Amino acid sequence: MAKRDRMSGNEAVAYAIKQINPDVMPAFPITPSTEIPQMVSTFIANGEIDTEFIPVESEHSSMSAAIGSEAAGARTLTATSSCGLAFMWEELLVAASNRMPIALALVNRTLSGPININCDHSDSMGARDTGWIQIYAESNQEAYDNFIQAYPIAEDPRVHLPIMICQDGFITSHAVMNIELLEDKEVKDFVGTYQPEEFLLNPGKPMAVGPYSVSNYAMEARYNQEAAMEASKDVIIEVAKKYKELSGRGFELFEEYRTEDADYIMLIIGSAAGTAKQAVDDLRDKGIKAGVLKLRVFRPFPADEIAAALSNCKAVAIMDRTESYNGHGGPLASEVTAGLYRNKVMIDTMCYTYGLAGRDFTVDTVYGIFDELKDIVENGAEYKQHRYVGLRSK
Amino acid sequence: MRTDVNKINEQSTHDELTEGLMIFAGATSKDFKTGEWRTNTPIFYPEKCKQCLLCAPVCPDSCIPVVNSKRDRFDYFHCKGCGICAVNCPFGAIEMVEGQVPMKKEVTNG
Repeated sequence: MAKRDRMSGNEAVAYAIKQINPDVMPAFPITPSTEIPQMVSTFIANGEIDTEFIPVESEHSSMSAAIGSEAAGARTLTATSSCGLAFMWEELLVAASNRMPIALALVNRTLSGPININCDHSDSMGARDTGWIQIYAESNQEAYDNFIQAYPIAEDPRVHLPIMICQDGFITSHAVMNIELLEDKEVKDFVGTYQPEEFLLNPGKPMAVGPYSVSNYAMEARYNQEAAMEASKDVIIEVAKKYKELSGRGFELFEEYRTEDADYIMLIIGSAAGTAKQAVDDLRDKGIKAGVLKLRVFRPFPADEIAAALSNCKAVAIMDRTESYNGHGGPLASEVTAGLYRNKVMIDTMCYTYGLAGRDFTVDTVYGIFDELKDIVENGAEYKQHRYVGLRSK
Repeated sequence: MRTDVNKINEQSTHDELTEGLMIFAGATSKDFKTGEWRTNTPIFYPEKCKQCLLCAPVCPDSCIPVVNSKRDRFDYFHCKGCGICAVNCPFGAIEMVEGQVPMKKEVTNG
């Protein structure tokens, strides 16, 4: 029997961690993810879970400790944001190449500079090529649901890769909403006990993790990592289906909101999808066929599935909450347009940068974007294909 | 996933390699002749040695084997010539010389 409660996104993830009761959590505090290790520490202090908490001196250390404990055979997680993720960078790649199914609760915050603590996706998008699976949440509920699916995906023998469960800093991490929680037993049964096939603290079965590899080995190892990332797509879908059977909630690779007959689609990640959906409802009332494609899984990147989902619309607005400083659009813009081209889906694309460092993204902004898409399709209007929305300019 | 380490070599295909290149065997570092990196070499003078055994435990790479409570010859296959043993010897029985002295010399001296 599901329980209803009101929780912030950080509380929801901490509650999921409590229900999973993982073995080890090394962590270092950083806004806005600080509450997660703080709450987990409280659960431990109260004797509610027996997770081993390791206070460390930096995020480089927290990820290093996470790799060590996961290699030893312990189910491990950590949490961080922004500069904390940046400080883990080297170890993020090591965790992935060592094939460690570590879970990371990432609360998205912009990277400096200018120094700022609010939400955008520059931290996780910067880490997009580190070999981690990345799953994003629109709401507190999805942050909770996604975290419970983290270990069943990462620990699957077809995958064995680390997984980043992302939610928007302050917008979902600190805002409180009503959510539904599973029973502890349901979570424990769903996640299962961790039984790694090979681990360091395994008497009589010596092994070495992360050895130096000469050129004759490294390229083959990288290919195997890439193959595992590709294979993880099916596992993510399987786990999402199983979770939906249990909870009645959730999406697989992405959510398609009113897209079936849509002429104009906004492709977006994270909490801003809620704003986009509100605008789409309003536009539908006026007879404009608008829809939202909310991407849940960014790594592995579902290029072909996105291209198929967009193949019947006339124009798409691709929304990046980060800047790539390349004069060509953000990471989502580059990857989606490449996916469309390869699948020969030749629709109009507009790439927008929005919401940097906590800048508001409003329903009015979304109306404006759909107006532009309509103008392009109906009047052949020409706009610069990569530009900012919500920017003050003369 | 556990694979005999002897079945993997530099010609193995990607699907023959272990996940994350994990090595399923113990003490494989013995097979890696890191002594090739050495640019200075410790020379042992047994006639000066009092078998105090201060040198063996300070070696960072276990290159001074102790057999029947007596230090044995240097393991030059793994000694990187750091010189810590020479600094710790109170009797001048270990001297650092420049270069990768061939193993023959150790056999003569030690």
